[in-house]
Amino acid sequence: MSNDSYVTDDGRTIGPTVMEMKNITLRFGGVKAITDISFDIREGEIRAIIGPNGAGKSSMLNVISGFYVPQEGEVWYKGAKRPPMKPYQVAGQGIARTFQNIALFEGMTVLDNVMTGRLRQMKANIFEQAIWKGKAEREEVENREKVERIIDFLEIQAIRKTPVGRLPYGLKKRVELARALAAEPSILLLDEPMAGMNVEEKEDMSRFILDMNDEFGTTIALIEHDMGVVMDLSDRVVVMDYGKKIGDGTPDEVRNNQDVIDAYLGVAHD
Amino acid sequence: MAQSSQATGGLASIPALLQRNAAQFADKDAYREKEFGIWQTWTWAMTEKEIEALALGLINLGVKEGDFVAIIGRNRPSFYWSMVAAQSVGAVPVPVYNDSAAEEMEYILGHCGAKYAVVEDQEQVDKIIEIQDKLHTFEHMVYIDPRGLRKYDHRQLHEFSHIQAQGRAAHDELIGELKSRREKLDYDSTCVMLYTSGTTGKPKGVVLSNRNVIESAKNSSEFDNLTGDEEILSYLPMAWVGDFIFSVGQAYWCGFCVNCPESAETMMTDLREIGPTYYFAPPRIFETSLTSVMIRMEDSGDLKYALFHHFMDFAKTTGEKYGMPKRSLAKPDMKRRVKNAFRYAMGIGFAMETLVENGIRMAFTKLRHGSKAREHFKAKDPILLNLYRGNLRDYFKYRMGNVLVYGPLKDTLGFGRVRVGYTAGEAIGPEIFEFYRSLGINLKQLYGQTEATVFITAQPDGEVRADTVGVPSPDVEIKIADNGEIFYRSPGTFVEYYNNPESTASTKDAEGWVATGDAGFFEEDSGHLRIIDRAKDVGKMADGSMFAPKYVENKLKFYPDILEAVLFGNGKDRCVAFINIDLTAVGNWAERNNIAYASYQELAGHPKVLDSIQGHVEAVNRSVADDPMLAGCQIHRFLVLHKELDADDGEMTRTRKVRRVIVADKFKDLVDGLYDGSSSVSTNTEVTYEDGRKGSISATLELRDAKVAPMASKIAAE
Repeated sequence: MSNDSYVTDDGRTIGPTVMEMKNITLRFGGVKAITDISFDIREGEIRAIIGPNGAGKSSMLNVISGFYVPQEGEVWYKGAKRPPMKPYQVAGQGIARTFQNIALFEGMTVLDNVMTGRLRQMKANIFEQAIWKGKAEREEVENREKVERIIDFLEIQAIRKTPVGRLPYGLKKRVELARALAAEPSILLLDEPMAGMNVEEKEDMSRFILDMNDEFGTTIALIEHDMGVVMDLSDRVVVMDYGKKIGDGTPDEVRNNQDVIDAYLGVAHD
Repeated sequence: MAQSSQATGGLASIPALLQRNAAQFADKDAYREKEFGIWQTWTWAMTEKEIEALALGLINLGVKEGDFVAIIGRNRPSFYWSMVAAQSVGAVPVPVYNDSAAEEMEYILGHCGAKYAVVEDQEQVDKIIEIQDKLHTFEHMVYIDPRGLRKYDHRQLHEFSHIQAQGRAAHDELIGELKSRREKLDYDSTCVMLYTSGTTGKPKGVVLSNRNVIESAKNSSEFDNLTGDEEILSYLPMAWVGDFIFSVGQAYWCGFCVNCPESAETMMTDLREIGPTYYFAPPRIFETSLTSVMIRMEDSGDLKYALFHHFMDFAKTTGEKYGMPKRSLAKPDMKRRVKNAFRYAMGIGFAMETLVENGIRMAFTKLRHGSKAREHFKAKDPILLNLYRGNLRDYFKYRMGNVLVYGPLKDTLGFGRVRVGYTAGEAIGPEIFEFYRSLGINLKQLYGQTEATVFITAQPDGEVRADTVGVPSPDVEIKIADNGEIFYRSPGTFVEYYNNPESTASTKDAEGWVATGDAGFFEEDSGHLRIIDRAKDVGKMADGSMFAPKYVENKLKFYPDILEAVLFGNGKDRCVAFINIDLTAVGNWAERNNIAYASYQELAGHPKVLDSIQGHVEAVNRSVADDPMLAGCQIHRFLVLHKELDADDGEMTRTRKVRRVIVADKFKDLVDGLYDGSSSVSTNTEVTYEDGRKGSISATLELRDAKVAPMASKIAAE
């Protein structure tokens, strides 16, 4: 836990710790998915979680998003211990996420999908929505304006009215990102944002992640397999293997960590 | 050339026109841009304020009279304002193609010694920063979109809105300066400098004066009866002279509204939403939308498919007659109304008379003949409706087609309200041209170039054909040299090539005649100009017959599955050709015929594709053979290239014209292969990606022989 701020080489300000995981252990029956892991996420930073397949990365993200409740350990958020919560309550606290397997409403347009990201900000009840007067109308206009800024930001104007089901994979990923961003999160969790993309799409996505962090000051925690991307993007990296933390630090530190090298290149396990 | 600004009522510069519009059309829309999903609008009065703030900001930044200000970005109101603001402070705007690579920009900015640049976003800022060390005169850069630029060094970098804010803040102290600078502008001061696309060698900076721009805008607006009520969509590159004339020259002269699309990808949607009344596009755009219409019709249901084809076939014969838009959209005056009322009354009267006449005839027939005889009579000369055997029925059928097919189709394409449409830059395929005209879109051709401030010839309404480029535009004189090269002289004739007196002298002579570099002739009966080819490309074959590559290439390109063709044969005994397939059209065809392919290269080399291309080549050969003068240009052998010719590789200009010499040089092995008779050639080609990295692709290409048709002239001689 640290309370000081510092400025990175490229001029971004990294604030104090905003979220801290303390000795998290997660079990599914007899299987230990995560064993005694602690790390922190600081405000404004891009934090990556990496590791080989089955290392427990997605489980970790699910713990942060409240989908799994760990058997042991504590999650501290904005200086307070977080009680066990439902995912929607976590979302209400300003933590948004994207999914490894895209989870969009296929039959709805891009615009409608992104608008769902703002549902938590809309207070009008079903009757007001139905007659479309007063609060409902006002809210829709306000929220649409925010959503349009995000559409502009992610350069998806051309597909605004296209049903999501008709889009190629790379664009769907971008729409999902837009929806998460629409919630104006203070922490954004990205589960393999670049899986299955070609080089050009990866470059675009990296650009968006950096710009998002820069423009909105969003704190980002991401899981990614592409090492080049992780090393370029992130400020600090947590490395997991077999549910344990084997490294934590800047990309350079992690790159030279013997345990990490072993985990990735493979050594004989006793 | 003796005109003065009196002809235009003392309006001698674009800023002066802006002042007039702001006073005269204050509340009329001047600019629209789609931003955040909504069309944002600026009236002329607002536009004037924005431009004034920017102009003051530029003075504040240190812009001097005669400085060059580069404008780099896609069509947005802010950039049009920047151009006019630069003019207002006595500087010269230099629009640059926004997709140019950094080296290309380096040449242009270095050549004119630009001190300032207004650019769009991080991408352009990065490019300028990359070349900034080599630009010795460069001082400040203004950007519009701040995204991703927060951390940049802002000593030489300014945000557009900040410049405007500084301008507003310094209004009182600088407004006098701005006014005096604005008043100094006259008919001979430079309006804009545009760089040619450089089909041959390095781009040249064409200096256009206010006289050139305003006179051309005035003449062409009068030629087409353009009014202040037109709507145009500005989507063509700002560095191209056409966009400058349409979106600045004519827009400021007439006071009509310029609409800017949200992004390049949303162009088609935005086009539909705006529904321009005046539209301009190179043939390629028309080709692309026709191809996509045809492909989508293939996928449509049986009824729609049948309706579409039935009515499109019908429109081919009648569209010209019934479909063309009325000359003017403006409200008819009293005289016109009386005239119309008289016409309707006469029509009704005539119809009544006919009905009565028919009734009487029928009555008499009934009286005089029995029922059997009546049958006979009817069969011989059926009564009533068939008095209008052709015209009226066709008219109604066309109207019905308009409801069912043409109207919806025009609306989908965004051409629902087009009153005047132009295509230029290249020859357009007769079928494409006919398709749009038969829908009732008044698509016309014009012939022009940067040096002429666009207009050299244009087709007047009612005299439109696919194979000519029209009659000389108002105030343009044309002469044809002995070698067929076209020369012109007009108020739009450019001042000079910047810093390049040799080129100026070799293009423009002392009397003001400018060589176009194109060969052509006037048709005797119609007085229309016809273009054959670039004068320097027209060569001789080994046997002395004429070699006009463009003529043959255009015939090939009219096939939807051929994107580009390059013909070789100057000084040789026979011609050979490179062909580029159109991925959209051929890809669709492949899908329909269950042909699997993984890449452009694989599809281009597929034997069935080659067969179909061979069919096209042979058909072209037959049609070329009909023209005795050009019969020698038939294609003996051809190949389908493994990559698309691309501007990034230097094979084409940014306006997508083939650089013949570079292609011949780059693919020398392939040309040699075509001439030495080998049946396949392996080659390795360097390609440049959009971000400037290089790679290479290797391929083995199949070379094919095409059947050559016997020459018409020879048969006649024998």
